[in-house]
Amino acid sequence: MKIGVVVFPGSNCDHDCQHIFKDVLGQSVEMIWHKETSLAGLDAIVLPGGFSYGDYLRTGAIAKFSPVMGLVKEFAKGGGMVLGICNGFQILLEAGMLPGAMLRNKSLHFICKDLSVKVENAATSFTSACQPGQVLKIPIAHADGNYYTDPVTLAAMQANAQIVLRYCTPEGKVTPEANPNGSLDNIAGIINAAGNVLGMMPHPERCAETVLGNDDGKLIFLSMLESLKQGKKPLQMAPA
Amino acid sequence: MKAKIHVTLKQGILDPQGKAIEHALGSLGFKNAGNVRVGKYMEVEVNETDKAKADAAVKAMCEKLLANTIVEEYRYELQ
Repeated sequence: MKIGVVVFPGSNCDHDCQHIFKDVLGQSVEMIWHKETSLAGLDAIVLPGGFSYGDYLRTGAIAKFSPVMGLVKEFAKGGGMVLGICNGFQILLEAGMLPGAMLRNKSLHFICKDLSVKVENAATSFTSACQPGQVLKIPIAHADGNYYTDPVTLAAMQANAQIVLRYCTPEGKVTPEANPNGSLDNIAGIINAAGNVLGMMPHPERCAETVLGNDDGKLIFLSMLESLKQGKKPLQMAPA
Repeated sequence: MKAKIHVTLKQGILDPQGKAIEHALGSLGFKNAGNVRVGKYMEVEVNETDKAKADAAVKAMCEKLLANTIVEEYRYELQ
């Protein structure tokens, strides 16, 4: 498979994503500069973490107008898989490719630590290698991960199983205490209604090989590759 | 014309910075301070002489980039 990793000015997890797909999973990876005008030949696209455009104005607010984002939108419209991690998730929200917006963490702190997240939907193209309800240990590293959306959109996402990852205790209980940033409904990751665009705040690329002491994050990437192999089409979600 | 633009979080949306400042004001003895909201202030020179055109341009700038209307509201004045 050929995976495209988009590089914005200020991306800093782009090489980690490249390393996992290329060195750990043996795939072909193309680094896509944000001024790129073609995404031909790519099977999936990753918007990596970092601080695109210095987080000026709002996280992801300026990156959404990068020339490459028009192509990423077209790619997703055609059913292509797009994974946004941390700042990549924030960009997907600003670009309107996923519903909602990010607010500053409730504590106002930049939080960088391992957390437990529960796989609430293991039937997506990004989580099919996980067990339903599986608890993954994945680090977060952000100041703006306090997810917000209006009650109508939240209810629709809940009904449609679009809330894929939620912060939980190590035992898998979704509690207010397990919520690191004030995120609505303990949301750590959501998917679009079509099932081919996932945004998540935790960093799976930082825990995807045993040498790092934790490879829980690898399940996300393995799920993607498996889904691509199964016919290059995302698994269909229930209609919204 | 110059646009003076204020962007703040919508009422009802938690403003953690505002809360922290409110708490600090309370600690300093300003017991009469409440409901602190933190926002952004921006000035934009708009190369238009017609006020209606400038107004339309600034509104479009706010909607498209300067504010995220899911969580923020904006207001501006033109001079």
